[in-house]
Amino acid sequence: MKPSEQTLEDILNLAAVHFKVPREKLTPDEDFFKTLGIDSLQALDLLTRLEHHFRIELPDYELQGVSDFRTLADRIQTRL
Amino acid sequence: MEPFRGQALSWEIKDGVVELALHRAPCNEIGSLTLDELEQFAAVLDGSNDEAHALIIYSKIKAGFCAGADLRELFQRSQELELREAVKGVRDYLERIHRVLNAIDASPLTTIATVHGVTFGGGFELALVCDLIIADKMARFCFPELRLGLIPGFGGIPRLKRDLGNAVVRDLLLTGRSFNATKLQQVGLVSQVVAEGEALRVARATAAQLGKFDRRTSVAAKKFIKPIPYEELGREIDIFCELFAQPAVESGLRRFAESEDAQPYLP
Repeated sequence: MKPSEQTLEDILNLAAVHFKVPREKLTPDEDFFKTLGIDSLQALDLLTRLEHHFRIELPDYELQGVSDFRTLADRIQTRL
Repeated sequence: MEPFRGQALSWEIKDGVVELALHRAPCNEIGSLTLDELEQFAAVLDGSNDEAHALIIYSKIKAGFCAGADLRELFQRSQELELREAVKGVRDYLERIHRVLNAIDASPLTTIATVHGVTFGGGFELALVCDLIIADKMARFCFPELRLGLIPGFGGIPRLKRDLGNAVVRDLLLTGRSFNATKLQQVGLVSQVVAEGEALRVARATAAQLGKFDRRTSVAAKKFIKPIPYEELGREIDIFCELFAQPAVESGLRRFAESEDAQPYLP
């Protein structure tokens, strides 16, 4: 199983590249909707990219109430 | 078929292929304007059989193929009418949509839905009437209707049953979760998954290939292998209208209409 810290790091790097924000601006526990300034459509886009990257299926209802990268990494970790 | 440029749709014939482009912001929601233009398209589609061998349906909107019915317009109109009149209005709207989608489904042309991004609800149903779905790898498919207290009303359920195993249909409908293109290719619904931004190019290459075959044979094969479930489609309209009369639907639509988010009912 992929170490969860690596999963978190992958997510932060992917989000930084895709949404064109400096990697250092993203922290594990901040609200990514606010930090990235994204709406639900863009969140879906991120979900698809994460599914492809980790080669998993992540039902969107698993993201209910998830707004920080660390919790997102935990959800993804359960699918690896 | 003469070229047409409308507010929601445009069409033209290129190299023996009818190309129907969707381009109504924010994401090709199907309301009264789009339906009017779709009806115009369906009326001329039959006349294209001598000039074309394929139809490609695609979107020029960055966010995706089509986000489904225009729920904000649906809510607004339902609020202007007494319940019985609102349900009648919904039935009329669904019957009109079904006539259009059935015409595309039954077209002798080989039809290709070229999808990217959001392909939800009625948008997914529009893709399902086509013979082939070519999906950009970032396409996302969903039937979120249960969140609004409804079922798909544009023919999605009978067409899903036509194309997929029942377990996948149950997953799509009862969880209302969204699926990526790779998953839907694995279960046999999506024909090809392509790189981001490449779907239209691949659809055109596929359509060019289709043009090499004897038309009469292609038409006969399609008619033989692709039944249209008219009875179930009619039953779907009945069930949708029964559900639309329930209070849960009004509150679901109100929440949607009053939200500022693009897709307020996810996740």
